Amino acid sequence: MIQTLAFYLFATMVIASGAVTILARNPVHSVLWLILAFFNAAGLMVLVGAEFIAMLLVIVYVGAVAVLFLFVVMMLDIDFAELRAGFVKNFPLGLLLAVVLFVELFVGLIVRSAGPMKLGTPDGAAMTGVGQSNIEAIGALLYGKYLFLFEASGIILLVAMIGAIVLTHRQRSDTRGQNVSRQNARRPEEATRNVKPEVGQGVVL
Amino acid sequence: MTQTFQTWGLSYEWAWGLATLAGILLIALPLMLGVAMIIYADRKIWAAMALRKGPNVVGPFGLLQSFADGLKVFLQETIVPSASNKALFLIAPIITFTVALMAWAVIPFNSGAVLADINVGLLYVLAMSSLGVYGVVIAGWASNSKYPFFSAMRAAAQMISYEVSIGFILICVVLWAGTFNMNGIVMAQKGHVFGLINGFVANPLLFPMWVLFLISGMAETARAPFDLTEAESELVAGYQTEYSSMSFALYWLGEYANVLLMCALNAVLFWGGWLPPLDLPFMYIVPGFVWLLLKILFFFFIFSWVKATVPRYRYDQLMRLGWKIFLPFSLLWVVIVSGYLMAIGHFA
Repeated sequence: MIQTLAFYLFATMVIASGAVTILARNPVHSVLWLILAFFNAAGLMVLVGAEFIAMLLVIVYVGAVAVLFLFVVMMLDIDFAELRAGFVKNFPLGLLLAVVLFVELFVGLIVRSAGPMKLGTPDGAAMTGVGQSNIEAIGALLYGKYLFLFEASGIILLVAMIGAIVLTHRQRSDTRGQNVSRQNARRPEEATRNVKPEVGQGVVL
Repeated sequence: MTQTFQTWGLSYEWAWGLATLAGILLIALPLMLGVAMIIYADRKIWAAMALRKGPNVVGPFGLLQSFADGLKVFLQETIVPSASNKALFLIAPIITFTVALMAWAVIPFNSGAVLADINVGLLYVLAMSSLGVYGVVIAGWASNSKYPFFSAMRAAAQMISYEVSIGFILICVVLWAGTFNMNGIVMAQKGHVFGLINGFVANPLLFPMWVLFLISGMAETARAPFDLTEAESELVAGYQTEYSSMSFALYWLGEYANVLLMCALNAVLFWGGWLPPLDLPFMYIVPGFVWLLLKILFFFFIFSWVKATVPRYRYDQLMRLGWKIFLPFSLLWVVIVSGYLMAIGHFA
């Protein structure tokens, strides 16, 4: 009973906030609605007994990825007139995306008629066996059965990360940076000198 | 507690609901009182280290100062800037405050005395602490003002930087404990060193991780010396600049609840939580929650001490510390700890 109520609450919130994400005029509001959608999706994960995935969803997507989204979007200088002007130009692209999504949905429906996939159910029937937690089950799969796929995806991500750094990194000679190790290595006696000038003589710098 | 309510003739659902509600109140109300007193303690410690007297007017020894402050902000007018984004402006402090309270659900106060004994407890804490940044970021943006906005930018970058190394530090603890459950982590520390000392901190391999965790915790809660988000010499009051009255007070309460949470995490993850410091029978006479409270207060004293004595970091130094020192070091330590545990057959 309470699972069903919670499911409908979370599901409605996911769909509603997903819809508002694309309907909101202000990009910052869009990101915040997206975060709400992530959060409610995590709630759904908890309902099907995948609490590990739920927590990862919150930590990774809500806690890190969405913060970076927000970070970038907040700095946008939003000009609503310009946003509307771009509508006609981007309309064909949007239409194309809509067609692709519709076809995917259609294919999905056809596949579904061939028999449903065994997914988790709100009553927790898909939960891992007694005595084995989510984390242990996922760990055994990732580091046992799918070890090489897991490592390969790790390497792909590493390459992508290094690629991004290489593409954006540039040596700038026109700015003065700080060399912290040199600053730390510097001793007071090298940088200062203690002089006792005679009265009326002054100090030569 | 559910069983107690069931013996009164309630059905399981009602008993569970009542027990949960009672648990929430049992945590939240003492926590709020504790926050009020800890603000007073913070000001007193800070004052003592600066050779001042600190609050000493309201009540005996100034004990009621926090309540007087609370009453004062409660009676103030709530000012909402006309250029701000009103809904988000008002939601932001509520997010900070709520999230600060939510993470307390998984902190074990004694064996079995935990509101939500979930097997992903530590991940839950991480998730909640990563949500905390939204209150600050939304406040900075919704205020529609320069300094709060700078503060929000700093907060977002700072939180993400230190969460990464906190994650690696926690992995070391979890590897040793073999569980993400908070009570499980506490129990794994029972007699950890020579069967006598309770706590991972006495383990030479985990001690450096505790030091890193303490410093990262200060950065994560934006406490001095890492309080760049509210650096008064640069940003007026940071993200709180446009706030007044209760919305301002919510930030204060949330911030101190977060600091107490960090202290509690230090205690639970590295210092044995509700276990006494030594695994001797007579030490168990003192109830577990007293030990936990003493440890929390000890860590809060360290936080105050640091606040009173260490000058504020520069922003580039903060970033350098997080990414170039803490991250590689904790990553290396994960390899060392897991290698050691593998070598001694800890997982067999």
